[in-house]
Amino acid sequence: MSLLAIDSLELRHGLLEAVRGVSLDLAEGEVVALVGANGAGKTTLLRGVAGAHRPAAGSISFDGADVTRTPAFKRVKMGIALVPEGRRLFANLTVEENLLVAAQRSRPGRWSVDTVLEAFPMLAPLRRQRAVTLSGGEQQATAIGRALMTNPRLILLDEVSLGLAPVAVEAVYESLRSVIAEGTTVLLVDQDFTRAAGLADHVVCMLEGRFVLVGKGSELTREQITEAYFGLGRAEVGA
Amino acid sequence: MTWVNDVIQGILLGGYYAIIAAGLALMFGVMRIINLAHGDIAVLGAYLVYLLLEHWNTSPFIALLPVLPVMVLFGYFLQRLVLQRSLRSGLLTPLLATFGLSIVIQNVLEQSFGPDVQSLGGQAGSLVTAAWRINSDISISALAALIFGAAIVIYAALALFLSRTATGRRMRAAAEDPDTAELVGIDSRAVYARATAIAVGIATLGGLALALRTTYSPYSGPDQLIFAFEAVVIGGLGSSLWGALLGGIVLGIAQTIGAQINPEWSILAGHIVFLVVLISPRGGLLTLRSGRGVGRRALARGSAS
Repeated sequence: MSLLAIDSLELRHGLLEAVRGVSLDLAEGEVVALVGANGAGKTTLLRGVAGAHRPAAGSISFDGADVTRTPAFKRVKMGIALVPEGRRLFANLTVEENLLVAAQRSRPGRWSVDTVLEAFPMLAPLRRQRAVTLSGGEQQATAIGRALMTNPRLILLDEVSLGLAPVAVEAVYESLRSVIAEGTTVLLVDQDFTRAAGLADHVVCMLEGRFVLVGKGSELTREQITEAYFGLGRAEVGA
Repeated sequence: MTWVNDVIQGILLGGYYAIIAAGLALMFGVMRIINLAHGDIAVLGAYLVYLLLEHWNTSPFIALLPVLPVMVLFGYFLQRLVLQRSLRSGLLTPLLATFGLSIVIQNVLEQSFGPDVQSLGGQAGSLVTAAWRINSDISISALAALIFGAAIVIYAALALFLSRTATGRRMRAAAEDPDTAELVGIDSRAVYARATAIAVGIATLGGLALALRTTYSPYSGPDQLIFAFEAVVIGGLGSSLWGALLGGIVLGIAQTIGAQINPEWSILAGHIVFLVVLISPRGGLLTLRSGRGVGRRALARGSAS
């Protein structure tokens, strides 16, 4: 049975239909990369799954339970965690406090402040520093750590490498691999397609709020993705 | 020497303003709600103490003990049932809601207790009249010292609560970014309700301080609100909790020194300091030091890149 089942989901920003009736099933332990141009609806879709954006139509179920109308903070308890675009750390809280605030509705599991700091050794010396003083890579590591603190079954990562130095991207992906190795289900958005596809079992390409290409990460060619990304050859739509 | 005395009396008076300002600053800092009923809530607390004292011959401090939890619950449900709903439709609606609440409280108090002025000073025994004489110019009233001490304790307790407890941490997180707070499992509505409960609880302490040090009537609330508001703005508008304490003290000193120059200038001098701070480019004593606004901008830059 699938862990996450999205059925004909529609998400709107006022009159703008950002996500237009998409369906997606994620099995437990699966890693899916979501790619697409700016404004394709990726971030809105992730926020919809996390509960930060109320759907206009369609349904989301998680582990068999309908969560379409469940508020975000309750979905955290069920095991959905979002690493938002732009990290969105609590600027005036320390690294440790940023991690601790996420522990309130955490599920039982291996992640705690200590294990997160072990997984992201670069954060250990920064523990008592305010988040606003961190570099982009350190902020991203803290944001991922904060999501891990809830011991999620499904982790949604939005723009993992955006604005990070290449060496920081490498470090972040390295720690993601260890998270995936533990069987966490991942839905990830990244502009760095090669890296995202290298990590993912499946790649989903979004264009103007719809899925235009779905395939195995290892089988899709760069040309296919490029076409779907820019909406060039619409003949290939669907999968 | 009279000037030294003015400053000392001003600092002590500032303790009272700081108590009234604490809840206002907390609600503004956490929820961006300017509670226009804050002064009336303080006066309501004073009237509840008065009501108990009518039936129960005891000290106002003992009568406060049952009143405080009632007021804290009132604050909790005020947020849950009224303010939370009003928050959905922007920042103006809570302002109007608290304005309405202010009028409702004033009229309920007048209907129940009449328009006469009251004071609890008479029931507080020798505390109200006791004073320490330092020299011929300076004497410190026991009540003023007690109120100032209470202000320090309230601010220290609030600071410890916000920095050391899990609920306090969540409150700071929800204050900075309620949307993200929900995404990490914080029920911001529950956090907000607790913040309002604490704010109303502290306002009740302020109401008792008001009732002990002077007289009050059902319509005393708005004056207290203005002093609280001035203290918060002078201190840097919710950017730092301690700012409100400092703001209260500055306001108190301005008023006592103003009164020394000309008794009619007491309140006016406080308003002038408030206006000067309001139009100054720094906008508040602790705004730069706290770095809150700076931090927000820096993170926004990080996400925009």
